[in-house]
Amino acid sequence: MTYMAKALEYAFLYLIFPGFLFSSAMGLLIGWIDRKVTARIQWRVGPPWYQNFIDVLKLLLYKETLVPEGVSKTFFLGMPAVAMASATLVSTIILVINAIPQKGFIGDLIVLVYLLAMPSIALMLGAFASQNPLASLGASREMKLMLSYELPFILSLVVPIMKSGYSIRLGDILIKQANNGSLIGSPSGAISFFVMLLCIQAKLGFVPFDISEAETEIMAGAYIEYSGKALGIFKLAKAIMTFAVPIFLITLYFGGIKFSPVGFIKTILQFILILVLMIVIKNTNPRVRIDQALKFFWGPVALLAVLSVALAYLGY
Amino acid sequence: MGLKEKVLTKSMFVFHLSSGSCNNCDIELLDCLTPRYDLERFGVVLVGSIRHADALLCTGSANRQCMPRIKKIYEQMPKPGFVIAWGACGSSRGLFKDSYNTTEPLDEIIPVDVYIPGCPPKPEAILAGIKKLIDRINSKSKE
Repeated sequence: MTYMAKALEYAFLYLIFPGFLFSSAMGLLIGWIDRKVTARIQWRVGPPWYQNFIDVLKLLLYKETLVPEGVSKTFFLGMPAVAMASATLVSTIILVINAIPQKGFIGDLIVLVYLLAMPSIALMLGAFASQNPLASLGASREMKLMLSYELPFILSLVVPIMKSGYSIRLGDILIKQANNGSLIGSPSGAISFFVMLLCIQAKLGFVPFDISEAETEIMAGAYIEYSGKALGIFKLAKAIMTFAVPIFLITLYFGGIKFSPVGFIKTILQFILILVLMIVIKNTNPRVRIDQALKFFWGPVALLAVLSVALAYLGY
Repeated sequence: MGLKEKVLTKSMFVFHLSSGSCNNCDIELLDCLTPRYDLERFGVVLVGSIRHADALLCTGSANRQCMPRIKKIYEQMPKPGFVIAWGACGSSRGLFKDSYNTTEPLDEIIPVDVYIPGCPPKPEAILAGIKKLIDRINSKSKE
């Protein structure tokens, strides 16, 4: 009976709050903020707040899902589900640990790093399965982009681990920050946060690094053959990621979500700060080529990450 | 107006196909996305792949080279999908009516839902055309 209750609790956490239903609603709302701020920067009016909900509803409920001839159906239609399942798991784990820091397990940070890479890998496999030449071009670009941003991403992740006394539990990082002040205040934390901000820009596929889905040159790239429900599920997975990844940054560098009234407003402001920074980077930079992205991430950004690790080692 | 009509009319993903036009219509289409007209207010977005599209927007006179490709692209569009004939050439072949190269108008190749006349159509005409398409979707669902 207790197992039953436990399973029900986990199902509720994963599917309703703070899992699938809550995260996707928040993600779609954030997608609207992105579109609205972009529109205001370009001196346009922009879509109404429910626009992204309508887009996804239309794709999920009323559009036909086409599968190209001679394509493995399981792979082609299974990959969107894999992307969404892992994105949901990321946001569930981060939010639950933020509420109850003791609830994590040893190595949950490592699990999160792998889960954060899963949506990109699923997109890559789905695109290769579709047998479209433009899709496989997009997928190969996505793969190279992943190789380039994962290095500084993991290097800068070392800083919070070192600062919390070499613990790979997210809960320990939170508790350490609650006692010693948030990580962004220290020089190594600030540099590492900046590196992380550039890496998640590439992770979420925002504009200077949207090389794999460049709609003007390779026509939506990896997504080209997806339609109807499969495309809708990919869009939902991306929305959940845009919600979960800034929260991940807040957890690592700003001391997590605070649940007191003043602290909660502060958390929302931090979230909006990260989001608006990403949107401004997105709107003021043209798309880079894949070799430029690789040079950028393995050159200056990786050096900055190494610098932050060295500073953290020296205790700054 | 049920949920289906609301969802279909408020979120129109448009795929732009140029079947041998002189580029004037294509430039006017981009005008609609500028700050002055801003079609994204109504949820209209240009997409890169026909698999994502709800509306196929066809400019140009549909010449013989393009005919089989127009058919193929129409078949690749996930249904329900709508076709917009754009400009004088798209609607009725325009001044190429008697040309050896344009033997059939667009609406005899694929079913067309809305015609937007003009050479090229003004952005105001385009907004009016989108209103026509919304009315068409609503009346179609009543049948």
